[in-house]
Amino acid sequence: MAENIQEKVMKIVSEQFEVPLDKVALNSLFMDDLKADSLSVVELVLAIEEAFGLEIPDEDAEKIKTVGDVVNYVKARVK
Amino acid sequence: MPRRVAVTGVGLVTPVGVGTEDTWKGLVSGVSGIGPITRFDASKFSTQFAGEVRGFEPRRWVSPRDAKASMADPFVQYAVAAGSMAMEQSGLVIDDSLAEQTGCFIGSGMGGLTTIEATLLALQTKPPRHAFSPFFVTQLIINLAAGQLSIKYNAKGPCYSQVSACSSGAHAIGDAFRLVRGGDADVMICGGSEAVVTPLGVGGFAAMRALSTRNDAPSVACRPFDLDRDGFVLAEGAGVLVLEEMEHAKRRGAHVLAELEGYAATADAHHITAPSEGGEGAQRCMRRALADAKLDVTQIDYINAHGTSTKMNDSTETLAIKRVFGDHARKLMISSTKSMTGHLLGAAGGAEAAFCVLALERGTVPPTINYTTPDPDCDLDYVPNTARDLKLRHALTNSFGFGGTNACLIFGKA
Repeated sequence: MAENIQEKVMKIVSEQFEVPLDKVALNSLFMDDLKADSLSVVELVLAIEEAFGLEIPDEDAEKIKTVGDVVNYVKARVK
Repeated sequence: MPRRVAVTGVGLVTPVGVGTEDTWKGLVSGVSGIGPITRFDASKFSTQFAGEVRGFEPRRWVSPRDAKASMADPFVQYAVAAGSMAMEQSGLVIDDSLAEQTGCFIGSGMGGLTTIEATLLALQTKPPRHAFSPFFVTQLIINLAAGQLSIKYNAKGPCYSQVSACSSGAHAIGDAFRLVRGGDADVMICGGSEAVVTPLGVGGFAAMRALSTRNDAPSVACRPFDLDRDGFVLAEGAGVLVLEEMEHAKRRGAHVLAELEGYAATADAHHITAPSEGGEGAQRCMRRALADAKLDVTQIDYINAHGTSTKMNDSTETLAIKRVFGDHARKLMISSTKSMTGHLLGAAGGAEAAFCVLALERGTVPPTINYTTPDPDCDLDYVPNTARDLKLRHALTNSFGFGGTNACLIFGKA
C-alpha cells in the first residue's frame, strides 16, 4: 500500500500541475520547483482528499510544501 | 493634430471558423455555422440548435495548466485565443516602454455561465468543500477575459470589461478607441467574448420567446430581414481587435487594416427588451457616430447590421437606418453576418467590428444568407445570399443590447 500511495500522489501532482511524471520527485517544492500558485495548491489538496477519502484541515494543508509532505501525510492517515 | 486610431490586428473565434481566415472564408462563401446543440442534451428544450464553436484547441493559446484551471471557462479561453491572434497579426511587442500605454477591454454579456452551472450541479452531489474549485470565482467574473490578456501580453494600462448585453463588444472597442484617441493609451486589445450555449443560456433566452424554434432546419433558422424570420439563434465565440495610435503604427511599419473613425453610445430609456419607437435610440447612436467620425451619411457604403432575425429588431433597425440615411439608405449595402454566425451576444460587437475591418481591407461585403422572402417592412439592400466584391470607403456596425443600450462604430479604409 505504501508504494501505491506514493505512486498515486505523484500521479495526482503530475496531473494537477500539468508537469510530466518524471519531473515529480519526493522533494519537489510545489511553488518553487513545480511553479504552482497558491490556488493550484488548494486544488491539489482537494484532489488528494477526494482520492484518499480524507479531510485535510487548512492548518495541516498549510504545512504541506512538497510531494513528500503529501505522501507522509496520507500514509499516516490511510490504513 | 488630433490622434487617429489604426486597427493593426483582428482575431476571431466563431461558429463559422476558428481563426480569421477560416471565419472570413466561411462568411464570404455564405456558410452557416449553426447546427444541433452538442454541448448538452437539449432534446427537452423548445430550441435545440445553436452556433457552437467547433474544433477549438485552447492549449494552442493557453498554457496547459491555465487551460485546466484559471482559464477553464470557455468565454475566457475564446477571448485569450482571439486576442492572441490579433496580437500576432499586429506584430506588436509590448516592451517595458509600451506596457503602461497598452490596455485591455474585453466585454461580455454574461461571463462564466458554464462554470456557474457546473459548480451548482456539483453542489447537488458533493459537499461545498469539494464542489467548488479554488478557481471558481476567477473563471466566472467577466473582467478575467481582459485580465488574462493583460497578464499574457504585459499590458499595464486600463484593464476592465464593458457589460451591456449584446453591445458589450462594441462598447469595449468604442471606449478603447477613445482612450487611444485621447492619449490615455497607445495600444488597446479590445473586443468581446461569450460562451453561454448551456442549459441556462438556451433556456433563459427561450423563456423570453426570443429564439428561433426552427428545429427541423437549423442552418436556415437565422434569416435576418426575411419575412419568415422567427427569432435569433444563440451562438458563442469572440472577436478582438488591436487598436493602435496611427503614428505609432506607421513608425514601426505596421500594416494598417483599417482606421477606426467614430463611435457613439446611447440608451433608449424605453424598455428592457423592446426597441424604442422607430429605433429612436439607435438613430441617435448612428447620428452621433457619424458626427464623431465627421462623415456625411453618403460616405457610408456598408452597414453591418445588428440584424438579429427577430421580428422586432430587423424591421425597427431598417426604419432607423432609413430615418438616419434618408435617400442614401437605398444605395448603401446592409448585411447581417448573424445569418451565418448566429448571435454571439456580448461577443457580437467584437466579431462584427472585425468583419467591417476585413470588408474594408479586402473589398468584399459578406452576405445575409437565408434571405428568400422579402418583408415589406424590411425593404433595403441586404446583400442577399451572395457576397459582393466592391471597394468600400467607410463601414458602420450596429450593436444593440437588452436594457435598451446601443453602440455604433465607424471604420474607414486605410
